[in-house]
Amino acid sequence: MTDAVLEIRKLAVEFHSGGQWHAAVRGIDLSIAQNETLAVVGESGSGKSMTALSVMGLVPTPAGRIAPESSIKLHGRELVGLPEHELDRIRGNRVAMIFQEPMTALNPTMTVGAQVAESLRVHRGFNGAQASAEALKMLDLVKVPSAGKRMKDYPHQFSGGMRQRVMIAMALACHPKLLLADEPTTALDVTIQAQVLSLIEDLKTEYGLAVMFITHNLGVVALIADRVAVMYAGEIVEAALAPDLFARPRHPYTQALLASIPRVDRDLKMLEPIQGNVPTIGNLGAGCGFASRCTHAQVRCHRERPQLMPDGPARAVRCWLVGPPP
Amino acid sequence: MTAGLIRRFWVNPTSLTGALVVAAVVLAAILAPWISPFDPLEQDIAARLTGPSPAHFLGTDTFGRDVLSRLMHAARISLVIGVASIAIAMAMGSAIGIAAGYIGGKFDACVTGLLDVLLSFPTLLLGLMVVAMMGPSMDNLILAIALTELAPFARVARAPTIALKDREFVEAGRALGFSDMRLVVVHIVPNLLSEVVVVASLWLATAIRTESSLSFIGLGIKPPTPTWGGMIREGFENIMDAPWLAVAPSVAILVTVLGLSLMGDGLRDALDPKGQRD
Amino acid sequence: MNQNILAVERLSKFFEVGGRLFRKPARVQAVADVSFTIGKRTSLGLVGESGCGKSTLARCLLRLVEPDAGRIVFEGQDLTDLDRASMRAVRRLAQIIFQDPYASLNPRRTVRQTLAEPLRVHGTVQEKDVDSRIEAALEEVGLAADFASRYPHEFSGGQRQRIGIARALILQPSLIVADEPVSALDVSVQAQVLKLLERLRERRGLSLLFVSHDLGVVRHVCDRVAVMYLGRIVEEGPVPEIFDRPLHPYTRVLRAASPVPDPRARFALPRVVGEIPSAMNPPTGCAFHPRCPNAMPRCSQEAPALTEMGGGRKVACFLVQAATAGTPS
Repeated sequence: MTDAVLEIRKLAVEFHSGGQWHAAVRGIDLSIAQNETLAVVGESGSGKSMTALSVMGLVPTPAGRIAPESSIKLHGRELVGLPEHELDRIRGNRVAMIFQEPMTALNPTMTVGAQVAESLRVHRGFNGAQASAEALKMLDLVKVPSAGKRMKDYPHQFSGGMRQRVMIAMALACHPKLLLADEPTTALDVTIQAQVLSLIEDLKTEYGLAVMFITHNLGVVALIADRVAVMYAGEIVEAALAPDLFARPRHPYTQALLASIPRVDRDLKMLEPIQGNVPTIGNLGAGCGFASRCTHAQVRCHRERPQLMPDGPARAVRCWLVGPPP
Repeated sequence: MTAGLIRRFWVNPTSLTGALVVAAVVLAAILAPWISPFDPLEQDIAARLTGPSPAHFLGTDTFGRDVLSRLMHAARISLVIGVASIAIAMAMGSAIGIAAGYIGGKFDACVTGLLDVLLSFPTLLLGLMVVAMMGPSMDNLILAIALTELAPFARVARAPTIALKDREFVEAGRALGFSDMRLVVVHIVPNLLSEVVVVASLWLATAIRTESSLSFIGLGIKPPTPTWGGMIREGFENIMDAPWLAVAPSVAILVTVLGLSLMGDGLRDALDPKGQRD
Repeated sequence: MNQNILAVERLSKFFEVGGRLFRKPARVQAVADVSFTIGKRTSLGLVGESGCGKSTLARCLLRLVEPDAGRIVFEGQDLTDLDRASMRAVRRLAQIIFQDPYASLNPRRTVRQTLAEPLRVHGTVQEKDVDSRIEAALEEVGLAADFASRYPHEFSGGQRQRIGIARALILQPSLIVADEPVSALDVSVQAQVLKLLERLRERRGLSLLFVSHDLGVVRHVCDRVAVMYLGRIVEEGPVPEIFDRPLHPYTRVLRAASPVPDPRARFALPRVVGEIPSAMNPPTGCAFHPRCPNAMPRCSQEAPALTEMGGGRKVACFLVQAATAGTPS
């Protein structure tokens, strides 16, 4: 994938807890091209948020660290190991991130207009007037009504959906090439979520963005993803084109997940819950992370950790029971 | 859970130091009648104002009384007054704070207003006023100091109460038909105990300082009973020729207050990372 | 005999916000004139988005929040004006499960203490039987008996939720009010808890009021559903009907916007108009009219009543009512 905007190889992130280093992310590979939305799906403890934070260089230190063999390349440029001031120039400029809870991600003491303008002043050297004008354009772009007036308002004066739009405006002010979205609609009402998802989709097409969309909601994935990477216990267990993933899920976790989600469009009276609990960091055995909950687990699964193997065009699965295609 | 708390407390060098220091002081105070070399009131005019010597480890004061013995007996006074006043303040203050937080509305507004008035008084001034009005006896001193500590306890008990009374597990109790009294005593109080205990240990230090200050200005226990503050005042008069008279009790206060503060910090740290969320 | 375990008539609740010494507080209508019934051994879902009042309504039913107007009739008994002591006896029969598994258990009490307390307070069980009742309760929710001596922080979210359910069931209630009981759980654990609730409902013949913002969960759990918008019920009916053939414009928007894990959904992102209005400043007439694609002049002047449409369905919309010529209920 030579035109990959983001290319991650062997990313491993560890955390220090109780005197030991535990892996939160255990060696993942992924790439995102221009104009593509990659959905990273996982539950708590899957390592999905940490993956995004690693790209931004925001892994909390000193408790956490990116393992040295990791590689994160943005347009071919290696980000791991870059000094902080270099990362500062990239953050908000070439890569931007939006978060789940806009109230805490926005500064409550700065007007919304000032916050959108801030990255323009920092990264593009705009002066006050230029930055304000551009900020107004961005707020219009994300469809904040009466943007001119509302620029002078503070975050608490906006609803959740509006704040999320403001955050998107901030993120895109410098026209980054990569957008990381960490559960951006999870805290929003369903109808507002639909609006924000539409907005992200429109902006992606308009700016030719590469989007990493992190979520635990497979319904949202079906709406917006081109490709999907399913994460469990710190690693990618399945990767596929979105339609393929839903039509023919291959990894037992993906299958179990799809079978256990109640759907509004079907009378699925028989829900199949997944037994057991999501493993916590530091509680992983030697074998496959999902083995303890997998209905198909064999002896080998508990002992050896499977590798991520290709399983057809644009597909990969990490499971001993899914062999290479015949 | 308590086992983990105790372990965290001991492992922390700060709290360990503080606890040891405080333990030493408490031990000296308790055992004073038996282990003090001299009777604190016994005068030996011939040996007055002698510096530290093998006979008198910390020297003698203007009446020839052994400073070390007086120091140890004074510790009893300070600790008793400190603990008693804190106990009273903790019980009454917390009760007021919890009631205000739980009942809310106008009652809460009134109580908070009164607490603010109380809090705006400098601690020492308040204690001073009460003792001056009521006369300096042990009981009055305890009450006066308790009054100065009341408001902080009320504050520190009120805030968590307001948060807790709407917490789901308290709502569940209401849904199960539990009385308000039960909800407060069984469900709310244990969940704010840690905050209150930390405040108690830190304000114990303040109580001792207040008592010393009051004794210093002559409003404490009347002589010849030894108190640290009183000893400092007496030592003040001889500061040039017999500096140890003022230094010894000052150091005693310093060490005790420091020990209590370290203990309080350690307690707060031990109670904090309690694994409330995974 | 009366087939309903619960009948709510014209329930209203408002909150006062931001009063100062000389300034009158603003009145926010959280629940406005709501009426519905829950049949014995059935489950009713209550869906809606922020500010619709579903959580407030749920709490009003148990009088955890005191309603300002209307009646609540539970097992034939009017709860509205009951005194504290009589209410306490009723509380045994109607219990609540909360959304947040971390806040719904007292962190300082062991599981045993938490489960024993209601038994002791109500004196329903002899002291010697308390332990065996606790064991049975834990077993019923799929937890080992030796969990009883542990503290909440030692459990996962799903397990805590089970303990909360055990607590709610220990007094043998006949009605359970569940306020978003699975929303805070991991996806793979949600199904476990839903399945448990299903099993318990069947086994004990429970009636259920299930509050949720997730239509998929409601579809799976409930027989009937009521859709709320800004304090009112706008549509009500059997679950498959409402979700497959929604009539009210808001229900249609809600349904269209609810994501489904189906690859064909990819190009069906609905266009949703406008924001959810604040309850402090509700629109006149029908609360949905500013966002409704079919709004008529009448809609901004009058609020439509919830009207029977036949087939057990009710809708509060002038357009729908005119189209199907229903009769006012």
